[in-house]
Amino acid sequence: MMDALGEPQSVLVLGGSSEIALATVLALPRARLRRVVLAGRPSPALDEAATQLTSAAIAGVSTVGFDAADTASHGDVIGRVFDEGDVDLVIMAFGVLGDQAEAEADPDTAVAMATVNYTGAVSAGLRVAACLRAQGHGALVVLSSVAGQRARRSNFVYGSTKAGLDAFAQGLGDALHGSGARVLIVRPGFVRTRMTEGLEEVPLTIDPGDVAGIIVSALRKGRETVYAPGPLRYVMAGLKMVPRPVFRKLPI
Amino acid sequence: MTTSPLARRSGERLVSGWGRTTPSAATIVTVDDADAVTAAVRGAGRRGVLARGLGRSYGDAAQSGGGSLLDLGRLATIDLDTAGATVTTGAGVSLDTLLRVLVPAGFFVPVTPGTRMVSVGGAIAADVHGKNHHRDGTFGSHVLRMTVVDGRGEVVVLDPVTTPDRFWATVGGMGLTGVILDATFDLIPISSSLISVDTERGTDLDDVMDRMVARDDEYRYTVAWVDTAHPSGRGVLTRGDHAPADWLSGSAARDPLGFAPKPLATVPPLVPGGLVNPLTLRAFCEAWYRKAPRHRVGELQPLGTFFHPLDFLRDWNRGYGPGGFVQYQIAVPDGAADLVRLTLDRLRSIRAFSAVTVLKRFGAANPAPLSFPQPGWTLAVDVPAGVDGLAQVLDSLDERVVAAGGRLYLAKDSRMSPEMMAATYPRLAEWQRVRDDMDPHGVFTSDLARRLSL
Ligand SMILES: Cc1cc2nc3c(=O)[nH]c(=O)nc-3n(C[C@H](O)[C@H](O)[C@H](O)COP(=O)(O)OP(=O)(O)OC[C@H]3O[C@@H](n4cnc5c(N)ncnc54)[C@H](O)[C@@H]3O)c2cc1C
Ligand SMILES: NC(=O)c1ccc[n+]([C@@H]2O[C@H](COP(=O)([O-])OP(=O)(O)OC[C@H]3O[C@@H](n4cnc5c(N)ncnc54)[C@H](OP(=O)(O)O)[C@@H]3O)[C@@H](O)[C@H]2O)c1
Repeated sequence: MMDALGEPQSVLVLGGSSEIALATVLALPRARLRRVVLAGRPSPALDEAATQLTSAAIAGVSTVGFDAADTASHGDVIGRVFDEGDVDLVIMAFGVLGDQAEAEADPDTAVAMATVNYTGAVSAGLRVAACLRAQGHGALVVLSSVAGQRARRSNFVYGSTKAGLDAFAQGLGDALHGSGARVLIVRPGFVRTRMTEGLEEVPLTIDPGDVAGIIVSALRKGRETVYAPGPLRYVMAGLKMVPRPVFRKLPI
Repeated sequence: MTTSPLARRSGERLVSGWGRTTPSAATIVTVDDADAVTAAVRGAGRRGVLARGLGRSYGDAAQSGGGSLLDLGRLATIDLDTAGATVTTGAGVSLDTLLRVLVPAGFFVPVTPGTRMVSVGGAIAADVHGKNHHRDGTFGSHVLRMTVVDGRGEVVVLDPVTTPDRFWATVGGMGLTGVILDATFDLIPISSSLISVDTERGTDLDDVMDRMVARDDEYRYTVAWVDTAHPSGRGVLTRGDHAPADWLSGSAARDPLGFAPKPLATVPPLVPGGLVNPLTLRAFCEAWYRKAPRHRVGELQPLGTFFHPLDFLRDWNRGYGPGGFVQYQIAVPDGAADLVRLTLDRLRSIRAFSAVTVLKRFGAANPAPLSFPQPGWTLAVDVPAGVDGLAQVLDSLDERVVAAGGRLYLAKDSRMSPEMMAATYPRLAEWQRVRDDMDPHGVFTSDLARRLSL
């Protein structure tokens, strides 16, 4: 149970090795934390994430196998985590950025991105929502992206998966309104993680720890949507106004 | 047609405690009689069943996410035995309703908390204490008998003589051993509805505490209010007893047992930032201290004014705004009296001022394993949940409370750790054994029970 001062006891991360998710767990108040489940594809990175949390004196860290693309398995994996006890906070962090040119050249690659980022999220999101709904409390944090706010020539496959995810998460949040469970949509810009390694940084680039701080404070305030960093809200509002003939020529 | 697992279920509501901090959704089931309670217990779903009284516990004791909450408001019978000075009431009867019957008949409840808006079931389940604890003990200590539906759905009658284990596990058992249907308890005979009150100010915390130690025993009811905004810890002591009818004069003498308190004002449902902030709290504390006479003896006050001053403002908990508030109530042995000052100092250091601040001396504990009061001091402070640094300050105070052999009150708690619960209620395991016996399938549960691994 989340306590009156916003301290969670149990957390589930879907995409357990995500750097943003890991930073978020580390930024949570941890005095009451007694169970953290990192769900992800078995890998050294997943084990490393668990070790990192444990060595930060976080109790009850474990890993479970979870593949976002294998939607048929989601019910079991998620169901088992909730069967073992209430989950106060679920962070849905899995995602692939992919390469736009490769996706254009090989549509199967594009489909794989869509499967993880959108289809997988719909599958996992609905199952998590049903579990939170049944326990009558809890929060789901969805890692969307500014890339979903307006499709860009340079990465519209990824952008479109995040647009779909974002719309899905908005609807899910509305469906859960008044149920004790809630959805927080996080729209980061450019975050320095292995996902963006080697890419050229843009203005307003931030670190996973910055996103984590924004998420923790948004949870505490009961916000429904946050940008990371915050000012991106205005940048995106501006960009949405730009007419398409101009927008497609922008060097972004 | 498919029903969505995300759809709202009928009877479902978001429920929180008086502090309005961590709401969860549950299905409210209004029950009319024992059969309906039995049926609800036998038909319990995976998320369990819990009795909810009037929701005056501050934290998550009377809520259960995803479960069923039994509204016992219709178990409302009141059967007064004037000769025996006892009453048998339905568990859903509020002390407010009850006192409107008892007082004109010349009786008072054995124990009343600081509000009349609690149910008899809630008063027993939390084993509430009042200003007379040092003399009369808790509410549960005055219960002669109660009817309870246990976790098997069986109706059982419990009393302290023939079924002591189950009786005392249910007193203070926070609804987790069974649903109390009705109870029979002792009353205090009175000849007037007024309290003769002595008021004095203490210039600092030591002075307040010295005065309490020196003369509390001379009074049936005693309490002190402490100024949390003032570094001295100055305060106001009010102590008294039921006034005999022959002390009354004028109109009061014509109707010595008159009792018809009305709530005066309601705090509006939406108070965006909250009316209560460090500024208003400081001003309130200053005014409250100044308003009290330096020393006054034998003032006749109506029951409501003396016992339930907060009931004059309905829904005052909304004044803290949407963020809600927590109440931190500790009980510590006499040897750890310095924890009272430490608590006030630490809270003041983060500007967590409290308007409702109650200091009291507790008398002997009763046999209930989870009953809160133990001999020594109890301090209760209300603090807005949004105060920065509050979690850390309270956690550090917790450590001192544990080390001192003290504890926190479950009816007020919304943030203690399961480790602290186990350490400070050393008879928890004993209580759990009886609970498991009364509720072998774990039907009864609450958000508090989940949070504290009860
Ligand atoms: C302004 C104010 C002042 C207060 N002052 C005091 C005080 O001076 N002393 C003190 O001790 N407390 C005090 N309290 C706390 C209050 O007395 C307790 O929380 C009490 O339990 C509230 O009763 P309720 O009917 O609202 O119960 P709820 O808050 O609805 O429930 C409390 C617990 O009782 C259980 N319960 C309720 N009914 C039943 C039943 N029929 N069978 C089994 N279990 C049941 C619930 O499951 C829950 O665990 C105060 C509260 C407020 C708001
Ligand atoms: N970094 C940014 O600039 C940025 C900006 C906006 C939004 N985001 C979003 O933020 C989220 C977290 O990203 P991050 O920056 O923390 O990058 P990250 O460290 O690369 O995290 C991505 C995570 O997704 C997991 N994942 C990928 N495919 C999976 C699958 N099929 N099944 C299960 N897990 C899978 C990865 O696990 P594996 O180890 O198994 O691959 C990894 O844990 C992503 O949704 C991302 O789209 C990131």
